[in-house]
Amino acid sequence: MNTWSRFNIVSVVLGFAFLYLPIVLLVIFSFNESKLVTVWAGFSTRWYVSLFNNQGLMDAAWVTIRVALLSATVATVLGTMAALALTRYTRFRGRLLFSGMVYAPLVMPEVITGLSLLLLFVAIGFDRGFVTVMLAHITFSMCFVTVVVQSRLLSFDRSIEEAAMDLGATPVKTFFEVTLPVIAPAVLSGWMLALTLSLDDLVIASFTSGPGATTLPMKIYSQVRLGVTPEINAACTLLIGLVAIGVLIASLMTKRREVQRQRDEQAAFAGR
Amino acid sequence: MKSLGNIRRSFAPWTDPDAKPFITFRNVTKRFGDFTAVDDLTLNIYHREFFALLGASGCGKSTLLRMLAGFERPTSGEIILDGQDIAGIPPYKRPVNMMFQSYALFPHMTVESNIGFGLRQDGMPKNQIAERVAQMLKLVKLEKFAKRKPHQLSGGQRQRVALARSLAKRPKVLLLDEPLGALDKKLREETQFELMDLQQELGLTFVVVTHDQEEAMTMADRIAVMSHGKVIQVATPAEIYEAPNSRFVADFIGDVNILDGKVSASGNGKIELATSDGFTVRTAAGHAPAAGSAAGFAIRPEKLKVTRAAPVDASVNAAEGEIWDIGYLGDMTVFYVKLGSGKVVKASMLNAQREVEDPIAYDEKVWVSFGETAGVVLKD
Amino acid sequence: MTKLGSAIFSRLVIIIPYAWLLFFFLIPFFIVFRISLSTTAIAQPPYEPVFALADGLSGLLAKIGQFSFDNYVWLTEDALYLNAYLSSLWIAGVSTLITLLIGYPIAYGMAQAPRTLRPTLLMLVILPFWTSFLIRVYAWIAILKPEGLLNQFLIGIGIIDTPLIIMNTNWAIYIGIVYSYLPFMVLPLYSALEKMDNTLIEAAQDLGCPQISAFWKVTFPLSIPGIVAGCMLVFIPAVGEFVIPDLLGGSQTLMIGKTLWNEFNANRDWPVSAAVATILLLILVVPIVFFQNAQAKAEEQGR
Repeated sequence: MNTWSRFNIVSVVLGFAFLYLPIVLLVIFSFNESKLVTVWAGFSTRWYVSLFNNQGLMDAAWVTIRVALLSATVATVLGTMAALALTRYTRFRGRLLFSGMVYAPLVMPEVITGLSLLLLFVAIGFDRGFVTVMLAHITFSMCFVTVVVQSRLLSFDRSIEEAAMDLGATPVKTFFEVTLPVIAPAVLSGWMLALTLSLDDLVIASFTSGPGATTLPMKIYSQVRLGVTPEINAACTLLIGLVAIGVLIASLMTKRREVQRQRDEQAAFAGR
Repeated sequence: MKSLGNIRRSFAPWTDPDAKPFITFRNVTKRFGDFTAVDDLTLNIYHREFFALLGASGCGKSTLLRMLAGFERPTSGEIILDGQDIAGIPPYKRPVNMMFQSYALFPHMTVESNIGFGLRQDGMPKNQIAERVAQMLKLVKLEKFAKRKPHQLSGGQRQRVALARSLAKRPKVLLLDEPLGALDKKLREETQFELMDLQQELGLTFVVVTHDQEEAMTMADRIAVMSHGKVIQVATPAEIYEAPNSRFVADFIGDVNILDGKVSASGNGKIELATSDGFTVRTAAGHAPAAGSAAGFAIRPEKLKVTRAAPVDASVNAAEGEIWDIGYLGDMTVFYVKLGSGKVVKASMLNAQREVEDPIAYDEKVWVSFGETAGVVLKD
Repeated sequence: MTKLGSAIFSRLVIIIPYAWLLFFFLIPFFIVFRISLSTTAIAQPPYEPVFALADGLSGLLAKIGQFSFDNYVWLTEDALYLNAYLSSLWIAGVSTLITLLIGYPIAYGMAQAPRTLRPTLLMLVILPFWTSFLIRVYAWIAILKPEGLLNQFLIGIGIIDTPLIIMNTNWAIYIGIVYSYLPFMVLPLYSALEKMDNTLIEAAQDLGCPQISAFWKVTFPLSIPGIVAGCMLVFIPAVGEFVIPDLLGGSQTLMIGKTLWNEFNANRDWPVSAAVATILLLILVVPIVFFQNAQAKAEEQGR
């Protein structure tokens, strides 16, 4: 009875076309010879060359990568802790406020987060720059990590932790030797999520950044405001390519692990 | 008149050649890809019958039920309900209702509106719906829970809501998919009898799918034992137990000892088997395989006698062995006796007395024996 | 030792993220509120009063006396702000509705897809999320421009003669929001629809309900938590959206996120932008609490 009707197929296909067509067009036109983005004038990679000669963009890219790596890592540690706190300790003073502070940033308009963090840094007299962007990114991306890790922890079989403690492992040891390895995939995807959020962010970075800490989205934004340029198309294509490769590797790894696991299970079964 | 076991009531339309079946599966096959779930199956179910489909998971019993409900279409063959081929009728127009294994209660509706759901689909007037729902609630003794949501009920209560919901439309046939599977043992036993009473009272045809043989034996008028998409035997519970037609059925229902041997003599409704376990079996047989052919003999543990002394005629239906293991179950004691050939047979004896003087103990030499009508020769 | 270690461990797990969020998330809101009560000054930072440790308690009290609600009065007097708030809510509301109408069939189709295909489909929905938001919005400029790809296509196949003016209108903003936030709608809907027990639909059909009506009577009401979550995930950030109206909308488009940005960056009026942010936050408190309750409920069910 569970049929994939024609209506279902059509809506899924159209939905994905809507999601992907703009990106595909953007990639195609990054190879356009013409400076006019929307008029095709033959294949060319000249915009990639000019992109790499654009020192401003390259510097911004470097800042962005450093901010993203550092902030994603710290956000993952903090976010995992928060997820543990929320799933394991159902009663502690101020838990309601805590869970509120975890979920609110998920939907908080970026202008508000950005402005409030900026005003905080000004109020405590902290000079804006690389560090402030990083702190801001940690704050909003840790909540996303928390949600990802939390959903894994909720489906976690607590009895294996109890078994570890029954066999003499301290809670700390249990966490590092049993819990963490099991939830590692979720922690890793939380980290990747934090990384992309940071790579992607324009608004919060614009508020909290200072001289010498211009990120790539800020740079792209200031050029986009002046109009669509093939050079930006090329930069975007490179970013999309990077992400696509990352996702591909990740999914291949998962797939291989899955296949391996199935093979192991079959072998174990046959060995009986 | 002799009969196999005790017949619950004198209801046996299947023995009447003129009786018209209420539901007929005729050469029904259902394939999913290259997996054959139901294989060229033919089966008749009669009006007011409590019919059980019994088998291990994956034997095709649920598929059969779902075809009757209309959720699956047979790949070939026809299904006739009350004289009408129902193949083309969608589930929502069939005069059958199903009680789902998971109960499938609508979580966003109260008990009341769950029970009334089917009636609302038929556009029944509101006051009549209310009346019928009240009647159903009374029937399943849930009057006090009308306004509750499913998650506020216990497992047993949910089961009764599901039952009431599927009965509310007064279907011609009620289909029950593992109706008691989610209940604990004690509740299950109580509910079995409630279901039987209800079926009698309402005069409906019930088709129940179960993997629990005790459940099927207790409730059903007839049982179809299924395996790999085929019906192996259709018969009353007593016949299934006392006269299994095959090794599969004998083994599937209850405990059994199977002795293999060769037919040495056959005739006059009697048959002799020479087994490799030291028994010479002489028994009454419904059918007579030719002398010299191989045959299996099935005998239930409670029909074996274990004694220290040799039986009067030790040349037939008796063999000597040694107590291998003893299991005390309270109401009975089970003896595992190792025969001369090394085969272990199981015999159970009722503990009619609280105290037994000098009970049979481990490693004792004993005789195992049985009467001429105690077992049955298998057809395969 | 074990006990002590365990106690310290559990304390740290709670205290560290808690303190972080208090300091970097909650306290900044109080600062925003405080500055919204200040007045603009040509100074660094560009508002007064500024607290300093040297002031002592009396100085502090004197400075608190300088607080005023003038900025809020100003916001109510200038129709620009009221219009910006209303038009933000309107645009976000319309976009959320369109996103729901587009997202529901997609999520439903995905949930009905063969089980083996579902992880791939799920991944395809999440994938655009990994590419930059800015890039995805930017990609639409080239499509929606009067001489852009959409108009070239439509004129090419002869549906229209003159280019459609979409760019720099509210339609462009709707398209941008729907496009950017579609995955946020599809994911909660999909997870609500995917775990729906198919036997419920069968039960409805068994009781005499045709397929389409079974959808409206069973599937749809049961997916309402997913609808609420999806709508909140789209509506709340859309109200304060800045990038989309800035890049796709016209100069006459009013959205509060853009107004705030301009007030802050162009006019350098920090107290007024703080007041704008405070009001925006107050408007969003209700849906945010709504969203948190839905989250907490989902968490409760997962347990």
